Amino acid sequence: MKKKRWYDYLWIYTPVYLVLGMFNILFAWLGMIEFLIPLGIALFGGGKLFCNQYCGRGQLFDLLGNRLKLSRKKTPPRFLSSPWFRYGFLAFFMTMFILMIITTVHVFSGAQDLKQAVTILWTFKLPWQFAYHGTLLSPGVAQFAFGMYSIMLTSSILGFVTMVLFRPRTWCVYCPMGTMTQGICSLKEGK
Amino acid sequence: MSRYLAVVGERCVACGACMKVCPKNAIAVKHGVRAVVSPEQCIGCGLCVKTCPAGIIKKVERE
Repeated sequence: MKKKRWYDYLWIYTPVYLVLGMFNILFAWLGMIEFLIPLGIALFGGGKLFCNQYCGRGQLFDLLGNRLKLSRKKTPPRFLSSPWFRYGFLAFFMTMFILMIITTVHVFSGAQDLKQAVTILWTFKLPWQFAYHGTLLSPGVAQFAFGMYSIMLTSSILGFVTMVLFRPRTWCVYCPMGTMTQGICSLKEGK
Repeated sequence: MSRYLAVVGERCVACGACMKVCPKNAIAVKHGVRAVVSPEQCIGCGLCVKTCPAGIIKKVERE
């Protein structure tokens, strides 16, 4: 048994994040941590240290799949690890992220009204007005939070389903952040 | 020296799941690109093979 370090408890981040977003959607801004830190580490020479040690999501799926035995632990289909699928999913994810930013900009500029909904799997809109209590800033700030929370909830659902169907950390195979940071590291290594 | 050895395939996603589970610390993710097994330290237990979320680590007989 390996000795536990402080970062082995970061799995708590995802459930806390998802619960906080049910009380006040503005907490969804905290999701930026999971975007900026891995990119920063990869860009400044730390490789995939975030995935390897600090990713709370990976740890959570490991915990649910192994400790709570929720995973079937079956080998995932080969296509999941193919560069075509991984970079294709990254492109799709980034496109949806950019569309979310465009909506946010429209709300900031007043061209569009704030939509108090969380969209899961980029399709299903869930009414989420119970977690919005207004903001002193522009409604655009809240629109970004709804978009960010939608991304985080969607990735948690996808990760959970593939954790159950295949191996605990199957999400890591096609995680857009993992693909992006590995891409950055590969470019830096000249491979 | 053990009879078996873990070999990481081309499609490694460098997630580090194998590294965490290895009882001998015989695997390391190099430069964020791929996992590398130290043949001297690997005992061929196969834990990494069962853990790898991409299913790309194989247990092979040493030559």
